[in-house]
Amino acid sequence: MTTTDTGLPPAVSAVDGERIVTPQPAPPPKRRRFSRRAGGLTPYGLLVPASLVLAAIVGWPLIQLLITSMQEFGRAQVFGAPPTWVWFENYVSVLTDVTFYEVLGRSLVFAAVCVVTTMVLGTLMALLLQRLPKGFRLLLSLGMLLAWAMPPLSATIVWGWMFDTDYGIVNSVLVNGFGLEQFQQHSWLIDPLSFFLVAGIIIVWGAVPFVAFTIYAGLTQVPDEVLEAAQLDGAGAFKRFRLITFPYLKPIFLITTILQIIWDLKVFTQIFALQDIGGIRALTNTLGVYIYQVSIAGGDFGTGGAIAVITAIILMTVSLYYVRQTIKEEEL
Amino acid sequence: MSATTAIVTGSSTRPAPGRRRGRNRLSTALWSALSVVLFALFAFPVYWMVNTSFQPNNEIRGSEIHFWPDNFTLRNYATVLFDPGRTPFAPAAVNSLVVTLTTVLVALVFAFLAAIAVTRFRFKSRRGFIVMILVIQMIPGEAMIVAIFRVIDGWHLLNTLIGLTIVYVATVLPFTIWTLRGFVNGVPADLEEAAMIDGCSRAGAFWRVTFPLLAPGLVATGVFGFIQAWNEFVIALVLNARPEMMTLPVWLRTFLVANGTTNWAAIMAGSTLMAIPVIVFFLIVQGRMTSGLVSGAVKG
Repeated sequence: MTTTDTGLPPAVSAVDGERIVTPQPAPPPKRRRFSRRAGGLTPYGLLVPASLVLAAIVGWPLIQLLITSMQEFGRAQVFGAPPTWVWFENYVSVLTDVTFYEVLGRSLVFAAVCVVTTMVLGTLMALLLQRLPKGFRLLLSLGMLLAWAMPPLSATIVWGWMFDTDYGIVNSVLVNGFGLEQFQQHSWLIDPLSFFLVAGIIIVWGAVPFVAFTIYAGLTQVPDEVLEAAQLDGAGAFKRFRLITFPYLKPIFLITTILQIIWDLKVFTQIFALQDIGGIRALTNTLGVYIYQVSIAGGDFGTGGAIAVITAIILMTVSLYYVRQTIKEEEL
Repeated sequence: MSATTAIVTGSSTRPAPGRRRGRNRLSTALWSALSVVLFALFAFPVYWMVNTSFQPNNEIRGSEIHFWPDNFTLRNYATVLFDPGRTPFAPAAVNSLVVTLTTVLVALVFAFLAAIAVTRFRFKSRRGFIVMILVIQMIPGEAMIVAIFRVIDGWHLLNTLIGLTIVYVATVLPFTIWTLRGFVNGVPADLEEAAMIDGCSRAGAFWRVTFPLLAPGLVATGVFGFIQAWNEFVIALVLNARPEMMTLPVWLRTFLVANGTTNWAAIMAGSTLMAIPVIVFFLIVQGRMTSGLVSGAVKG
């Protein structure tokens, strides 16, 4: 997390200062990379299909969401009763509701733990990949690819089965292999804390490969000469990582961390399916699942809409940096 | 501490200075051993899913753990596929295939057109459109389900394949445009111009020169879209809840919430059936996966 904090200000100022405000310091040559034509109305025509779909399925619902979040919109309204306009009442009731803060706090803490664990393990895996001879590297890559490729729902179900109370292999190994009798018929999902331990394992297991491969790709870009020079100057392994490798890879670390934060904050499938398998919903809801529970399952679209808007604002704030960084890198 | 030292000394493939070589070889052996253990950790759940799916249900409920399907059976697959007491597999699989393939096809065409517009033309709102695509990608789908449900309901498209497909097209479109844009950018327009000097029309030059070079990019992007749409769970759960309109993830979920004791062996069979296409596709495009994700950021 410190990564993001320390990294943010200079990079953002770099966007404003160098790339966007003064995009071409020298008088630009007539053709930069390739010629783009004005082409009259053609480009607009080409954008019509995509724009229509996005306007209908993203733009219009977004407007609807804002409207609904300011209305009293329950079961009666679904069946045709006209909704009453309540302005910010839904937001007030959400923001004064203890349950919302419990869900929000749970989501934030859970996401933070998942992100930190994923980034640390992913980095270690990338460093390991770099040290391995080719054959072993392929083997480990294959294992990670399998984990990465598993559909989240399938993954959750398999882990749920492995942690099953009666016949799960985890309990069986803990009891028979390690002699820990307290895990005989131990229920992992009833207690919220161990519920989130299992959920965290599923999420980290699925996310580490992405981080590891990304950072591994970045590691190959760090020049060996610099590392060797540092080694000759007496820098230890950790120092070399901190002072050379890490600064080189900082942009990659930032982007992957932000993507992890976004993905882990809005996690739905893993939590929802684990609740099906045996968790207590009220004690294990995260933001994404809570929106579903309140609006779709509970039928209160107004309040659900307000929670959705608040969640979207939180997530969009986090991703703002990502968007700016991408715009800067791509030199649009 | 010795472990971290070894990490760095083992780095180069070049022969290390003499006195280090022995230590280097030892550390490489240790890391290799560790990598085998880690491989097992990562691959085990996938193996366990397949392993369980081939064992009789009464056996996996025994006190003994079978690490290999000694009494190999296909009955779980038969249960999943044909048991009349359950939500049938075939319609869900057909729904998933139809929705996913249509989504990929439509999204590719629409995204391709948009990608050409933003890479090959200069117009007023070009930059604005690209930024909009990036921002849309960041809107969390979980926050949108409420509104999408209401809008689709308003159009009387709940529990239809068309409704779900439209939503999926919109879901994968931003990412597809973004990635294709990168691929089209990678083909220099000079090539087209050369063809035009040789007498091709502008459209002809694009079609004959650039398009063939884009084929690998189109395939890779299409596979990303396939995986996303195939795995999608929340939207399908909300929009297509009726049994005959379910997609595979929602169908698989019905096994979890079924009454009575959970038939884990059957669930693992269903889970395997759903995972196989994704794993196969994933292995095909894995090389492009990392770079694509970093530059385009698929929603997780």
